[in-house]
Amino acid sequence: MAHEHKLEIFRGLLKFKSNIQKIWGVLVFLSIVTAIEVALGIIKPELLTKNYFLGMKLLNWIFIILTLVKAYYIAWDFMHLRDEKSSLRRAIVWTPIFLVSYLIFILLFEADYIYNVFKDGFLAWDF
Amino acid sequence: MDTTVTTGTEDNVWGGGNRPLGASYGKLMMWFFIVSDALTFSGFLVSYGFSRFKFIETWPIADEVFTHVPFFHGNYPMYYVAFMTFILIMSSVTMVLAVDAGHKMMQKKVIFYMFLTVIGGAIFVGSQAWEWATFIKGDYGAIETKGGRILQFVDAETGKRAALSDFSTTISSERVEHESKNGVWYYEGKPLPSYSVNEVLEGFKASPNILIRTETINDEGEKTILNRQESLAKLKDASLVVEGANLVRNEYGSRLFADFFFFITGFHGFHVFSGVVINVIIFFNVILGTYERRGHYEMVEKVGLYWHFVDLVWVFVFTFFYLV
Repeated sequence: MAHEHKLEIFRGLLKFKSNIQKIWGVLVFLSIVTAIEVALGIIKPELLTKNYFLGMKLLNWIFIILTLVKAYYIAWDFMHLRDEKSSLRRAIVWTPIFLVSYLIFILLFEADYIYNVFKDGFLAWDF
Repeated sequence: MDTTVTTGTEDNVWGGGNRPLGASYGKLMMWFFIVSDALTFSGFLVSYGFSRFKFIETWPIADEVFTHVPFFHGNYPMYYVAFMTFILIMSSVTMVLAVDAGHKMMQKKVIFYMFLTVIGGAIFVGSQAWEWATFIKGDYGAIETKGGRILQFVDAETGKRAALSDFSTTISSERVEHESKNGVWYYEGKPLPSYSVNEVLEGFKASPNILIRTETINDEGEKTILNRQESLAKLKDASLVVEGANLVRNEYGSRLFADFFFFITGFHGFHVFSGVVINVIIFFNVILGTYERRGHYEMVEKVGLYWHFVDLVWVFVFTFFYLV
């Protein structure tokens, strides 16, 4: 069991005196991120909904990036991956990342293709 | 671990007793389970993405669907789900605090924090049940066309959604629900919606300020509202009155939307529920002093991993179901 904890987050920008302090610090950070997400979701600034990057609204990109940030801190600090050996950490993190990226790529492309078939084909489905 | 049989070959690399990953057997197995479960959830979420990309122009807008907060009337998009997210993160925090207290062998503190974790989990499951009930009940009602599309109604003056009861007329002798007292041979029929298609149609014709909202999303990112003529033309295809949601049809739009809602949040809710059950078991074990006698609180750490994983999944479900 890893008893010693690494007590810094944001690459050493923020150092905590004890593990308990770090936990509360991470909670504050996660709450702020969630609050930003909800606020953006309610306001929906035009700047972010009108502009697209890689076929997706900037707003949605921000949501996804913030989600990954939250996931990182949950896994690293709550599930204390930060304190585990790097070999264990890599085995756990990169395996799903690789498989899921592949799945996302292949399924979303296929879905977009079907969307175009529905749209341009002679088949009517919206009546 | 203490129970490992000592064979006297520990010096040998292949003699056993090595821990190349620095984690005990139980913890490793919990991690492997979490990875495989994460892939299951990813499969669900990606298939949700598949269906959504397939019907990208007609998919329901989540913050128009989930607008309710218990005990309050009105339109509060997202607030309650955000609250649920916060509750789950909070119970994750108390779980880490329990694990931390366990490392320091402080039984009383572990009991206290485990208790808070269980309470948080219970609040979350309860909220989810409420959310399901609200979703199934529905609020405005809609018309389904022959092609299986959903037509919703808006008030032309205020731009707000109009419920079927706001404008539908009641035609006597239209709706007869078959009751057991009316026949010797009683077959339970399907429950009738509050209004029949004809009643909605007549009501619509009689109230000129009601317009139809289709599923199609326009350039503004909002659902398209038809004008009066188009609305009347569209209603010629009406075939069913839909209120609320089930696995076959729902008043919010695409049928797949409700299916995925039930499936993904249901599967997640089941995880939370089983997490609460496991937490309760561990909670009582801590009270009984099982881990004091064992000399370490690794069990708390292992269920902690599972509990954080449930939180982690919710973060993704929240984003992909409610935000994006």
